[in-house]
Amino acid sequence: MTHVTPDVPSRASEQGSRHHMKIELTVDGAKVSDDVEPRMLLVQYLREKLGKTGTVIGCDTSNCGACTVHLDGTSVKSCNVLAVQADGGEVTTIEGLAQGGELHPVQQAFHECHALQCGFCTPGMIMQSIDLLNDNPAPTEQEVREGIEGNLCRCTGYQNIVKAVQRAAGAPSGEGVTL
Amino acid sequence: MTATQDAPATQPEIGRERRRKEDQRLITGRTRWTDNIVLPGMLHMAMVRSPFAHARITSIDTSAAKASRNVVTVITGADVAEEQGALPNAWPITPDQVTPAHPPVAVDRVTFAGEIVAVVVARTAAEARDAAELVDVEYDELPAALDLKAAAADEVLAHPDLGTNKSALWVFDSAQAGTGGDVEEAIAKARDGGVVIEREYRQQRLIPAFMEPRSVVVDPTGEQITMWSATQIPHILRFLLAAVLGVSESKIRVIAPDVGGGFGGKLQTTPEEFISMVIARRLGKPVKYTETRSESLMAAHHGRDQWQKLTLAAEADGTVTGLKVELLADLGSYVSLVGGGVPVLGAFMFNAIYKFPAYHFACQTVLTNKVWTDAYRGAGRPEATYAIERLMSELAAELGVDPLEIREKNWITHEEFPFTTVAGLEYDSGNYEAATAKAKEMFGYDELRAEQLRRREAGDPVQLGIGISTFTEMCGLAPSRVLGSLDYGAGGWEHASVRMLPTGKVEVITGASAHGQGHETAFSQIVADRLGVPFEDVEVLHGDTQIAHKGLDTYGSRSLVVGGEALVKAADKVIEKAKPIAAHLLEASVDDIEFSAGRFGVRGTDQGLGIAEIALATFAAHNLPDGVEPSLDSDATYDPVNFNYPHGTHLCAMEVDTETGQVSMRKYVCVDDIGNVINPLIVAGQVHGGLAQGIAQALFEEAVHDESGTLVSASFVDYLVPTAADLISFEVDHTTTPSLTNTLGTKGVGEAGTIASTPAVVNAVVDAVRHLGVTDIQMPCTPERVWRAVNGAGRGGSDPTTGDAAPHFGGAEANQHSDAADTADRTDGAGQ
Ligand code: FES
Ligand code: FES
Repeated sequence: MTHVTPDVPSRASEQGSRHHMKIELTVDGAKVSDDVEPRMLLVQYLREKLGKTGTVIGCDTSNCGACTVHLDGTSVKSCNVLAVQADGGEVTTIEGLAQGGELHPVQQAFHECHALQCGFCTPGMIMQSIDLLNDNPAPTEQEVREGIEGNLCRCTGYQNIVKAVQRAAGAPSGEGVTL
Repeated sequence: MTATQDAPATQPEIGRERRRKEDQRLITGRTRWTDNIVLPGMLHMAMVRSPFAHARITSIDTSAAKASRNVVTVITGADVAEEQGALPNAWPITPDQVTPAHPPVAVDRVTFAGEIVAVVVARTAAEARDAAELVDVEYDELPAALDLKAAAADEVLAHPDLGTNKSALWVFDSAQAGTGGDVEEAIAKARDGGVVIEREYRQQRLIPAFMEPRSVVVDPTGEQITMWSATQIPHILRFLLAAVLGVSESKIRVIAPDVGGGFGGKLQTTPEEFISMVIARRLGKPVKYTETRSESLMAAHHGRDQWQKLTLAAEADGTVTGLKVELLADLGSYVSLVGGGVPVLGAFMFNAIYKFPAYHFACQTVLTNKVWTDAYRGAGRPEATYAIERLMSELAAELGVDPLEIREKNWITHEEFPFTTVAGLEYDSGNYEAATAKAKEMFGYDELRAEQLRRREAGDPVQLGIGISTFTEMCGLAPSRVLGSLDYGAGGWEHASVRMLPTGKVEVITGASAHGQGHETAFSQIVADRLGVPFEDVEVLHGDTQIAHKGLDTYGSRSLVVGGEALVKAADKVIEKAKPIAAHLLEASVDDIEFSAGRFGVRGTDQGLGIAEIALATFAAHNLPDGVEPSLDSDATYDPVNFNYPHGTHLCAMEVDTETGQVSMRKYVCVDDIGNVINPLIVAGQVHGGLAQGIAQALFEEAVHDESGTLVSASFVDYLVPTAADLISFEVDHTTTPSLTNTLGTKGVGEAGTIASTPAVVNAVVDAVRHLGVTDIQMPCTPERVWRAVNGAGRGGSDPTTGDAAPHFGGAEANQHSDAADTADRTDGAGQ
């Protein structure tokens, strides 16, 4: 399970000025092309250029996971990827997850298990959890805990997040929480 | 007229596990964070911050920054001082408190590493940040007051012009107050035939570390100045902005949109907010500032940071007779909004659930060259609870009895409520026996004790410890009169409006401003039950001073117990207003109108009207009784008659590897009693999160400064917020002893887990190795500290928490707070 930056080869196209580079990518199913500064991070590109503010920034050291999106089907911390590195790639953000108004099963499970409070970590947490389940469709509690270790949550104590991931995986342990 | 709407036979909303209304936007990324706001012509700010803890500013050259690409202006402290004086301090705890004037931008001296010295305004955030690097500041470094004890002795002055670091001395004495006996007498008596436990505990500095960095946007271009801020306190903030800046309050609108956590850390009027106001007004353009994480960790306020010197007196049989508490509390370089009062809140809780007769508390607040401290989840109560719950376990160990037994011997029994404590509070209700019995059973207490014994006897390298915390806290701040008597600058009331709309839907407004607590859901449940309308038909609005036109915001677990009660009162007023209207429409006597499950019925008949029909009738207003105002709505402002006192029993089992110092949590059980529960799902969630924060204080988190006063733990690499892999699943349950001071019978829960868990965990760690001679381990109980404690004790009891050689154990994570980061700030260990 990887939750840090995968080895993304730079796919920035050769053309473009020294200060701006041309990129083309698909974001949540829509093709976009742009001129971006080489130093622009993918998270900045998503938030500032595309207005996709569902992906958020929680740290400046790639430790919190709040900015996690999928790049070509794998979770990446989008504060740790340059926009130009995503050139030619396919990005899915939290905003592209619900299809035709239907929540993704992991989104639904987060709601059902009360796996969020302030919700700031939630988009990244959901994107990471989906990637985790893609790799391991029936994770144990410990595997979930290790799988989301790169994503910090300050509100929930993680317990209900673990349940949500297991519920999305169809595990009985994901059922109701009690107090 | 006849009945057209039958009351729906649904289960009550209160007590139901409602999934949250808030979730939809949060799980789909449609959330309204302050940093998402983009306004036409908006400019961005970047802060230039001091790298020194204490220095004179000899010169600031802004020319290169000003000439930089797309920079609009660069502002220094002298510029800001023209329009803005000192930041507000809302809680001077004594009349003679020493309160240094706090400029939002340092003028000629910096007092902590991270203080703002200049502000760059540019067209983009990146350009502002780039230009900020070009601001050339020259400093003349001064000696910094960093160590709390040394600072209290005025060895180095945080503000040389003040001549002292001592800010205020606040004392409570039960003999003087007439609430109990004389503590010195109790101690003298205990020295003579009883037991005296003397300890010194350090409450390390913590960082609230909310996940959403603070962010502020100010738009001065409209009729009103609008500020969006990631704040817990939009109402208090608006008032203080107006008061400090001399702008009419009616010209300021503060919006706290979705706020990504606070934990007390956003209970502040920040320099950044004032600076944003000043600059936006001066430029006549919208401005935005969003801090980076390292700025957040350095310059948003910190919490805890106390030295506690404690003397507990008991008779030979374990009956506690008195407690003396002497505190040093580190305020940081300025007295922040309510920071000075945090230890005062704690003053009332050191006696906890116990009925000992003599109590003395004295707190010296101290200025140092670090960022200011203020409220952090529990604010004062965790510090107090830690001390007394550690001491009770130490007393049990001293007497060789079970720590639960000592507690039982000394706690207020169920029959004794209501009970006036030695600190002068009246506890309305509680049942410590029930919560403890349930927790013991869930935990498997006797079996785990048997296992502990087996491991000890076998000399197992991995030992088992059991930790207990039977806690109570004071929440739901509070009766305004009481807050006034403590010199707190605001009241403790809360406001609510309930408005029936013509369609029968309900719009609810609350002055409590949420940042993750689920107010929209819990408050909808309360109103749905009260008015007999569907949960889905209730819309809760909050966090915008233009909509929620008065309120005192969210902190101290007050939203439900104060704000929820205000809602009940407003809903009841709506019902009262509707009754004569129903009587009029039904041609019945008002006395014959009964309201139940959303329907106004005529007693003894099947006639009646649904509340939606009344709402429509009051909107049309075609046929209202004489003198009745059209529309069906109401306001209520509720000032509680008392605080409320949730309690609970937390039990924790820790495994401690005596060879490596590695600790791991085996089991955590908590039984909380918060009276009646509105939404069990939300309550469990808050308990889990609270536990994680309290456990983090015991095991992981600490704000560490180096010798020059630089914050070493200024990123999430070094400040160890626990991850999912660091924690286990907790077993949480509850008992129900309703509060008698609000009609909902409920008590606050937001801080309970944090307050209770820290001593439970440390008690468990110490318990695991007590037979090796260990009586204390300084928090956070890192593997290194545990190893030192075990080995120091084994070699004849050298100071368990300090030393020179620092062997490294475990992974990198386990040693994040390594010896290199150990500062003069925590040179002393447990000090016994
Ligand atoms: S913002 Fe990307 S990991 Fe924190
Ligand atoms: S829900 Fe608030 S940080 Fe996770």
